[in-house]
Amino acid sequence: MNLEGQLPALQIVVPLVIAPLVVLLRDAGLAWAAACVTSVMCLAVAVLQASGVLGGEVASYQMGGWPAPFGIELRVDAFSALILLVITGASTLSLLGGRASLAADIADSRQPLFYAAWLIALAGLSGIAVTGDAFNVFVFMEISSLATYILIAAGPDRRALTAVFKYLIMGTIGATFYLIGVGLVYMMTGTLNFADMEARIAEVSDQRPILVAAGFITIGLALKAAVFPLHVWLPNAYTHAPNIVTAFVAACSTKVALYVLLRFDFFVFQGNLEDHLIQFAGFMIPLALLGIVVGSAVAVVETDLKRMLAYSSVAQIGYILLGASFASVTGLMASITHMFNHALAKGALFLAVAAIGMRLSHLTLDGISGIARVMPWTMAGLAVAGASLVGIPGTAGFVSKWLLLQAAMEHGAIGFAAAAVVVLSSLAAVVYIWRIIERAWFGTPEAAESVVGVQEAPWPLLAVLWIAAAANIYFGLVPAVPLDLAASSADELLRHLP
Amino acid sequence: MELLGLFNYWVFAVLLMVGFYAVIAKPNMIKKLLGLSIFQAAVFLLYITMDKVEGGTAPIIQAGVVDQIFSNPLPQVLILTAIVVGISTTALGLAIVVRIFEAYGTIEEDETQSLDLEE
Repeated sequence: MNLEGQLPALQIVVPLVIAPLVVLLRDAGLAWAAACVTSVMCLAVAVLQASGVLGGEVASYQMGGWPAPFGIELRVDAFSALILLVITGASTLSLLGGRASLAADIADSRQPLFYAAWLIALAGLSGIAVTGDAFNVFVFMEISSLATYILIAAGPDRRALTAVFKYLIMGTIGATFYLIGVGLVYMMTGTLNFADMEARIAEVSDQRPILVAAGFITIGLALKAAVFPLHVWLPNAYTHAPNIVTAFVAACSTKVALYVLLRFDFFVFQGNLEDHLIQFAGFMIPLALLGIVVGSAVAVVETDLKRMLAYSSVAQIGYILLGASFASVTGLMASITHMFNHALAKGALFLAVAAIGMRLSHLTLDGISGIARVMPWTMAGLAVAGASLVGIPGTAGFVSKWLLLQAAMEHGAIGFAAAAVVVLSSLAAVVYIWRIIERAWFGTPEAAESVVGVQEAPWPLLAVLWIAAAANIYFGLVPAVPLDLAASSADELLRHLP
Repeated sequence: MELLGLFNYWVFAVLLMVGFYAVIAKPNMIKKLLGLSIFQAAVFLLYITMDKVEGGTAPIIQAGVVDQIFSNPLPQVLILTAIVVGISTTALGLAIVVRIFEAYGTIEEDETQSLDLEE
């Protein structure tokens, strides 16, 4: 019994066990410290697993000692390792820097409960990434969603409540659709293990329940992932959540749903269902392109900072889907790398917004006029992350957008149209990021809310913001780790395609 | 006859749509949650129906009984978990509705929306 073999289980068990203990700590500072230590441990486990996967091994763990198709199998391959890095990294950075910002939003007596919910969300999200069992994915998805609803509802304003109610309704419908799909597949194959399902579905793939299941699962997960036009819960939920929660949720929760979507569609359905590739691509490419256009267009005219970045997320989800629906190695690599890079860029941007939120109450373009004169470090970090979101060479965003353009060019006329949309949308990103930077650096302070006397954000938040911003540059110059993981994930996902 | 043989699946489809209609069409948040519960209950029925084996009994091994046909216990276990998830979702949803009522003084979605717009 060596520790290394237990890593996949530790990834879930550590936060899940510590969460109820955090409730018992009645002191807000202690609870925060415990949550931070747990999150750092999870990050360490994720890094260890990623280095194992980079070394070429796929970790498999049999829960309770039951062998794979019967018991629940935990399975960590390149794709899951990359997603785990995103989840644990986002959680660790937001927690480490977020103490003061969260204390401003949430009453002291409630903070231990809040941090417990945070850890449960972390456990649920990691659970989705490590499990190899379709029903287990549903359970972890609901664990993470329920905890995320609580985190968002902790927002400072009553609109957080109506936003979270909408999210709860739509999220539950999405999860239930997924459950129906899994039920139909189980009815036809008698198995819940992804690998076993993939092998057995071949015999019954011409039957209608499998086709219906593919539809239910795709739509259900698209709801969870906020794919256009199922994104209506996202802008309000991101806008009214506590600022630090937005940084965490925006970086990972939609990506995890996309991870399950890609895993299910490519691993289980693509190799077996006749014409599934055409159906998948024919369904997803228009939605992805519309998402990119609408998300970017709304972001350009939006004046509320958080809402602007939330709509930009809708567009970025479009990029990720667009790459995946090309179903080529380059396309999938672009899609998977973009999950990582967008989490870096958007996480850093929302951390910067949280830093501004510490000092100003109105996070609008007018409200931040001239703020860079008093908070130069925060705004410089925001500029770096913004450059990465736009995709300026030398930042992480460029790497995945370049791959996406390459993948599009392989696809003839549709590809050219898609590439044109991507380029246009990147120009739109230049516009909306520039609107923030222009106001912050060159705007004159409005009389209504003066920025005179405002100080730079507290140092822990500034430190994590700069770690995230530096990571954007580092992975732009040395993208080997995400690219290697994305390349082996793409191979894994495509190996069943003819 | 074949249509009647699929009776449970018809009920599943009808319940699913009844629940879905309530979620979409009713502005009252409690009614939305009721709809959501019906929507989830329909899926429980789907799982419970598929595990039934004709002539099958409860999967308990007894001394002296061989060649007994058992119904599949796995979907029942799965749905037990799904019921727990459903209850937690409903409980959390109701808690949020209580807080919405405290904050807005109404639980009609159109009214909370117009209150938000006034701000």
